[in-house]
Amino acid sequence: MSEQTDTPAPGPPAPGRAGPARTPLEALRTRRFPLSSWPWRSLGYLASSVVVGTVLTTLLLPITFPLLALGTAVEEMATGRDHPTWLLITLLAAGLALLLAFGPLVAVPVARLERWRLRLVHPPITGGHRPTGRGVLVWVRARYTEPATWRAFAYLLLLVTVVDAVSWSVLYLFPALGAYLLATPAITALGRTVTLFPWAFDAPGATLPLVLAGAVLLLVTPYVAAITAHAHAVLARLLLEDHGTEELRSELVEVTRSRARLVDAFETERRRIERDLHDGAQQQLISLAMQIGLARMDAPPGSDMERTLASVHGQAKEIIGSLREIVHGIHPKVLSDRGLPAALPELADRSPVPVRVRVDLPRRLPAHVESTAYYVAAESLGNVAKHAGARSVRLNASLDGDTLVLETVDDGRGGADPERGTGLTGLADRVAVVGGRVLLSSPAGGPTRLRAEIPCPPSG
Amino acid sequence: MLAEDGALLREGLAGLLRRFGFEVAEAVGDAEALVEAVAAHGPDLVVTDIRMPPDFGDEGLRAAVRLRRERPGLPVVALSQYVESSYAAELLDSHDGRGIGYVLKERVVDVADFADTLRRVHRGGTVIDPAVVRQLVRRRGTLLERLSEREREVLALLAEGRSNSRIARDLVISEPTVGKHIGNILAKLDLPPEGTDVDRRVMAVLTYLRERPE
Repeated sequence: MSEQTDTPAPGPPAPGRAGPARTPLEALRTRRFPLSSWPWRSLGYLASSVVVGTVLTTLLLPITFPLLALGTAVEEMATGRDHPTWLLITLLAAGLALLLAFGPLVAVPVARLERWRLRLVHPPITGGHRPTGRGVLVWVRARYTEPATWRAFAYLLLLVTVVDAVSWSVLYLFPALGAYLLATPAITALGRTVTLFPWAFDAPGATLPLVLAGAVLLLVTPYVAAITAHAHAVLARLLLEDHGTEELRSELVEVTRSRARLVDAFETERRRIERDLHDGAQQQLISLAMQIGLARMDAPPGSDMERTLASVHGQAKEIIGSLREIVHGIHPKVLSDRGLPAALPELADRSPVPVRVRVDLPRRLPAHVESTAYYVAAESLGNVAKHAGARSVRLNASLDGDTLVLETVDDGRGGADPERGTGLTGLADRVAVVGGRVLLSSPAGGPTRLRAEIPCPPSG
Repeated sequence: MLAEDGALLREGLAGLLRRFGFEVAEAVGDAEALVEAVAAHGPDLVVTDIRMPPDFGDEGLRAAVRLRRERPGLPVVALSQYVESSYAAELLDSHDGRGIGYVLKERVVDVADFADTLRRVHRGGTVIDPAVVRQLVRRRGTLLERLSEREREVLALLAEGRSNSRIARDLVISEPTVGKHIGNILAKLDLPPEGTDVDRRVMAVLTYLRERPE
């Protein structure tokens, strides 16, 4: 083996995702991050968090004052002052009761505000509240009994405590402190002393380390802000986004898939049964009937034995006939062997109403498409024969790109209504399983036109 | 020569053929073996199942068409498990459709009729299963629409390989009337009036079977 090994290995995929960043974290991975809008958006998010948190803290005072008082009392007890236990318990109980009673009412509009504010740094989300009927009581009852409200309540508590404090700390420690340190030469030049425990600075020349520290703080500010804003945004998504619908949607997708799998499984099973009957029972019956036929020839003409054999022979032939019909009903052999171009004309030949068939298919289609199309054709022709009072039908099948279009048009009386009877609905259901649709036009007086479109990926 | 993949039915069929005085040179179970056996024995008639191993599609039919190309005029009776007129059409396209039989497998049950079918095909006749014929007659949008009801009946029987006298008996009409119907049929299907009687009949049947809805 003398294969060259110096060919460059394919490089790692380019960092970052294609398209613009959608979150601060994605933006962090791009090279243009410091110059992009993301540091400013992150800072804006943090600053507005502080504003919202502070305003809320004030607005919530009417329902938080017992707990705040309890906090003060406990602090005082730590310094030796005594408070009766009943007072502490009363404060705790009243505080919790007020919070649980009115907190959710505040949380719901706050959550709305927070979802709106989240759009500054994250893709928009929708809330998980159920729609309610009219009336204040109805609304209150719905809100207090749904998880989305209580998740919003939890978010509210975190917002006024942790989030507020963290946002404030980040803003204070990085951009604010950084800017202050950078300004120390100017401050000392004005004759003031800068005190940073345990050091004091009073000469502009001595502040050089402070200026450097300030520069570093300001340089890392965008990154810290982005990370903090992202963390907050993830928390908001977690608690304020509508997870229920998402779960439902993914469940729905799964249900649709499993329905398609079931139909496929049924189809496979029908083919297997058909094959077994065809190659097994049918052949044996034919063989048996043939032997009876031969025996009948050997029996003396006009004898009892000849008559018995003749009767048995006749019955065997009848059984062969009905078995053939049964097998055909399970799954038409001609469909699996020769596809729609052979099966549809054969189907048309069985129809009591004369059918003009036109099949224009350049290739065999996937089995589930063929069987669905055959089913649709059989059902529509059956409907025409039963209800339309038609003198003739046209049946067309053709490929439009990757879609099989199957159309029946009759010259009957029209007025077909999917609401009446289950035939048309069942047909639409069957087509929906393979991702297709059924269109029906049937004005009173006719003509009735039924069109099924079945997606038909190129078979591999 | 006999080709049928089901062992039970193959043995049964061989017994039937011998019973009616045919000599079975070899009975085989798949299309490959059929082609080889025909080369080895040079039979006067081939009876083959259409659906055979390995793919259980139309191997028997393919083999029959191939044999007919190599040995023009070799009489072949194909057994089909279901009515499929395109099978018949493919067979009939070889050598003007003379010496061709296309019948449903279950016809073997009527042993005497089946033996009769084999004899007619062996003599160069064309026998198409009544079920196939019935299906074709009902097709619309074809030349056959020109024919009257009675003429279609006559043509159907013609396609089954019946003689004029037999047709006359079946339809309870006189033999000259049958002749007149056949003449009308040929005219309506735009077939040339010259040629032997057999030629013209075969032509009529072929036109009949090749007709496809437009």
